[in-house]
Amino acid sequence: MTVTTPDRVPAVEAEAAAPAVVSPLRRFWIDFRDSKVAVAGLAGCILIVALALLAPFISPQNPYDLAQLDIMDGRLEPGAAGMDGTIFWLGTDDQGRDMLSGILYGIRISLAVGVASGVLAMAFGASMGLLAAYFGGRVDTLIMRVVDLQLSFPAILLALILVAVLGQGIDKIIIALVAVQWAYYARTIRGTALVERRKEYIEAARCLALGDARVVFRHLLPNCLPPLIVVGTVQVAHAIALEATLSFLGIGLPITEPSLGLLIANGFEYMLSGKYWISFFPGVALLLTIVSINLVGDQLRDVLNPRLQK
Amino acid sequence: MTVFLIRRLMQAVVVLFAMSLIVFVGVYAIGNPIDILISPEADQLERERAIHALGLDLPLWEQYFVFLQRALTGDLGRSFAFGAPALQIIVERMPATLELAVAAMGISILVGIPLGMWAGFRPESFGGRAIMAGSILGFSLPTFWVGLMLIMVFAVHLGWLPSTGRGETVEVLGLQLSIFTWNGWTHLLLPAFNLALFKMALVIRLTRAGMRENLLMDYVKFARAKGLSPGRVIFVHVLKNIMIPVVTILGLELGSVIAFAVVTETIFSWPGMGKLIIDSINQLDRPVIVAYLLITVSMFIFINFVVDILYSVLDPRVRLKEMKS
Amino acid sequence: MSIFARGAFVMVISAVSAGTAGAADLTIGLGGAVSAMDPHYHNVATNNMVNRHIFGRLVDQDAKQTLMPDLAESWKAIDDTTWEFKLRRGVKFHDGSDFDAKDVVATLKRIPSVVNAPSSFRIFTGQITETVVVDSHTIRLKTATPFPLMPVFMAGFAIISDEFETATTDDFNSGKAAIGTGAYKLKQYVRGDRIELTRYDGYAGTKPAWENVTIKQVTNPAARVAALLSGDVQIIDQVPTADLERLKKDKKIGVSSVVSNRVIYLSMDTNRDQSPFVTAKDGKPLAKNPLKDVRVRKAMSMAINRPAIVDRVMEKQAIPAAQFLPETFFGTSKNLKVEKFDAEGARKLLAEAGYKDGFAITLHSPNDRYPNDEKIAQAVAQMLSRIGIQTKVEAIPFATYSPRATKLEFSFMLWGWGSGTGEVSSPLRSLVATYDREKGNGPSNRGRYSNPKVDELLATALRTVDDAARAKLLAEASEAAIFDVAVIPLHYNINNWATRAGFSYEPRTDESTLAMGVKAAKR
Repeated sequence: MTVTTPDRVPAVEAEAAAPAVVSPLRRFWIDFRDSKVAVAGLAGCILIVALALLAPFISPQNPYDLAQLDIMDGRLEPGAAGMDGTIFWLGTDDQGRDMLSGILYGIRISLAVGVASGVLAMAFGASMGLLAAYFGGRVDTLIMRVVDLQLSFPAILLALILVAVLGQGIDKIIIALVAVQWAYYARTIRGTALVERRKEYIEAARCLALGDARVVFRHLLPNCLPPLIVVGTVQVAHAIALEATLSFLGIGLPITEPSLGLLIANGFEYMLSGKYWISFFPGVALLLTIVSINLVGDQLRDVLNPRLQK
Repeated sequence: MTVFLIRRLMQAVVVLFAMSLIVFVGVYAIGNPIDILISPEADQLERERAIHALGLDLPLWEQYFVFLQRALTGDLGRSFAFGAPALQIIVERMPATLELAVAAMGISILVGIPLGMWAGFRPESFGGRAIMAGSILGFSLPTFWVGLMLIMVFAVHLGWLPSTGRGETVEVLGLQLSIFTWNGWTHLLLPAFNLALFKMALVIRLTRAGMRENLLMDYVKFARAKGLSPGRVIFVHVLKNIMIPVVTILGLELGSVIAFAVVTETIFSWPGMGKLIIDSINQLDRPVIVAYLLITVSMFIFINFVVDILYSVLDPRVRLKEMKS
Repeated sequence: MSIFARGAFVMVISAVSAGTAGAADLTIGLGGAVSAMDPHYHNVATNNMVNRHIFGRLVDQDAKQTLMPDLAESWKAIDDTTWEFKLRRGVKFHDGSDFDAKDVVATLKRIPSVVNAPSSFRIFTGQITETVVVDSHTIRLKTATPFPLMPVFMAGFAIISDEFETATTDDFNSGKAAIGTGAYKLKQYVRGDRIELTRYDGYAGTKPAWENVTIKQVTNPAARVAALLSGDVQIIDQVPTADLERLKKDKKIGVSSVVSNRVIYLSMDTNRDQSPFVTAKDGKPLAKNPLKDVRVRKAMSMAINRPAIVDRVMEKQAIPAAQFLPETFFGTSKNLKVEKFDAEGARKLLAEAGYKDGFAITLHSPNDRYPNDEKIAQAVAQMLSRIGIQTKVEAIPFATYSPRATKLEFSFMLWGWGSGTGEVSSPLRSLVATYDREKGNGPSNRGRYSNPKVDELLATALRTVDDAARAKLLAEASEAAIFDVAVIPLHYNINNWATRAGFSYEPRTDESTLAMGVKAAKR
């Protein structure tokens, strides 16, 4: 369940890394496009985001409107025609939901869940981890013990409590995922920051009597950023998979608004009976999404890691 | 050091308190366990009697107080569903899960480190790229899906391995273990591999990253300049350096493997702790949930404690005294 | 160290191969979870089916839930409030002791004394006011009011030996007290994993075919099917409907099916003037609760295409339902027909009731309780949406669904009801009788439906000892409830078992999976 930073590396000051003539951003792009695979991953990411945004306009059907579905069209094979003559190119699920539309809308939900929970968890977790490392003492104790508590609390129980208290919904799932994930970020960044804050530049900043907030967010945070970005990309992918698992256990998203994960979980029971398309196509879509995000993440890590700079 | 230890112990007690309180409130928020446990044919009076028998008619704070009193004497209560002491039920399941966790960790290290080293040593080669692409699959495929695929291929189609359950056990030092029987191993292999997949991907990535960094470092250049064989440089010097982060992070992961192998244990009907916690949650079996989480939180506290000590050993700049935690 | 380990390894392998399964062994893959071996601890279907292997009952139920003699040879009502049971002679417990009236007395005493039982068996014995031992093999049970269901209730619990009247649940789990008169002896109970049984040679009834039986809990449906396909188990129950088609085609697999005693139905809040999940389509509250109007309920029932749900969602593993139990069961009505699907008529009726533009409602459903529960809910929502009732589905785990429903938090719910007694008084009393704590009526009436006519017919039926007269009264009560659309019955489930070739199972309406019912198929 955890993804921890693969390399805890002290980053040098950004200016020092960049040659004088090229702007840091441009330099970054030059390094990034070095890998063809990563560029392909980036293209994939852009395509997927575009599909997600455009889903309502390009889908043959609104898969979330139950009145548009008909169980008599249920479990049709890819390419089969429905009762009113529509062709379902990727087949239908048990409710007669067009898989193509379901996947397009599903990408939307999965990405929204993955990115929103990833960003929120990272923002909250990183702040907590930084505070813990910077202030030490009681603050550190308190935060790290809450982290202990959080890490040993099962996501399933948390999700079930949220469903019971708040009801079902995408926002509730995001809350659950943030609650589950922030602790990983906090622990990761605290480790990095503990090392960083002993370094001269922090001492120097303090000697200049800069405010705590300024030291933490302007100096400490940027130097802890590279591992965080890497963890972030992996964690977004992981959040999408985690949401699928929660859906599989029956405490995920509303059944009538399936994400990719929920589509896979629903189709799962048809795997043994040979109706592969219900879970296979969403599976492929999920895989492509996650692979694209990770290819970009991998390259980011290499580019941002000053020790690998050529 | 002693001060550090005592402080940590005291904090642990506070965390345990907090955990038990959260579970009490959380389970209360989900619902009344009796509604799940009782026979649908039972009438209202019978339902009230059952609620009373399990002490669920008391106000929540009073229920918690009763629990605390008993907990201080080491009694964590009896399972609502099983009627046996919660602690005993968990301990019964422990060997199965520990076996699974250790086997999964073993697989992920034995497979992950060589692959990661190869990928780090030849990052541009086809093999290196293929390994990295494969590791992404390890992260992204939902565990339940991979589990069923493994069963389909190896148990149903090929018939090489059994599909579910735990194999023959033998008693070793009072524990029922299945890793000493051939039958036990055949049952263990698929779930362990399923569970290992994610960790394996993690190990591959950590090893590759470490490998790439270390190969560029001065000590490697010196060692080579000294005329040491490339094999010796990599397998002795570099390996030693990349093992440190791998071991640290796997140590942290061990906790989650033991505590939450829920999906794998469900798919493979492995009678371990993960299956117990999901069943208990589904039945709102509060005594088992509380006891279970108290055990896991203790385990996590212990692991984090060890990691903090390791940090200070690995990196002298981080001092325990300063961490005060 | 290594030599020692290797030695241990070899020893173990030989021990295992010595104990490998012989021809007369059977492994069952069970979909449910078993919580204890104490037969008086937890009244839940899986526990009861497992303890039927080990313990006898006064009265048995055959595969169709018809009452059969077991430890009682015969029974009769000797007056309005007294039942007499003649006990079978020559029956021995697994430990060799004789069975007689004192064991029945001990059982009746023990049942209410199991204090922390989460679901007590007292519901089967609470009506008994006095137990009279006439002789060693005759016992009389007295009740305060006429109690026609006495023999059915005596089929509800296991008889233990009086030696273990004060035994604890732990004693039964360890096997020490798990001494019954059943066809199998308990060899080992591994909690959460499996139950191992061996044949009891002194069993008074028909000798079962299998010498050693292992009941494995495989609660995940896909894993259960996989275990059968790979041959790890020889029979599984609760076969997922999605896999049946494939399994039926497989030459290595046999399937046996029977219509069950479980009806899947929709329950509506017919009591409150404002129901929490019923609103106008724009989300504003309605002037009154439309579900209180029988025309709206009727329209909803007409809008549902039951054959389509059975065909597409249940994959034909169900039968469209007209009432609470299939027509073959005791007390069902011959006059009730499955509601015909008529969307046009439904729309008209809805308009007539003043809801021309429909309204919005949320259908709550469990997602881990009944076969395809959340899919049925979605299909129903599709159909209701088409007549203008905008229906949202919220499918949640039973762990939170059931407590919330009991707290009356929902307006429109999907439920299932299986009649353990095999007669229609059970659903009538629990589901549609007016909620009354003192009388024990309507405990599962979560829409708080109330109809004096139904109540009266049911109350009379429950006092009528004469079977024919009672059946007639129960049928009339069913008709009164269904005409008023107290609930919307959808379908009766079909119970399925899948076996490896060479094995067959006599399917049971009560969903039980018993090793005694597994036969070596004649090929």
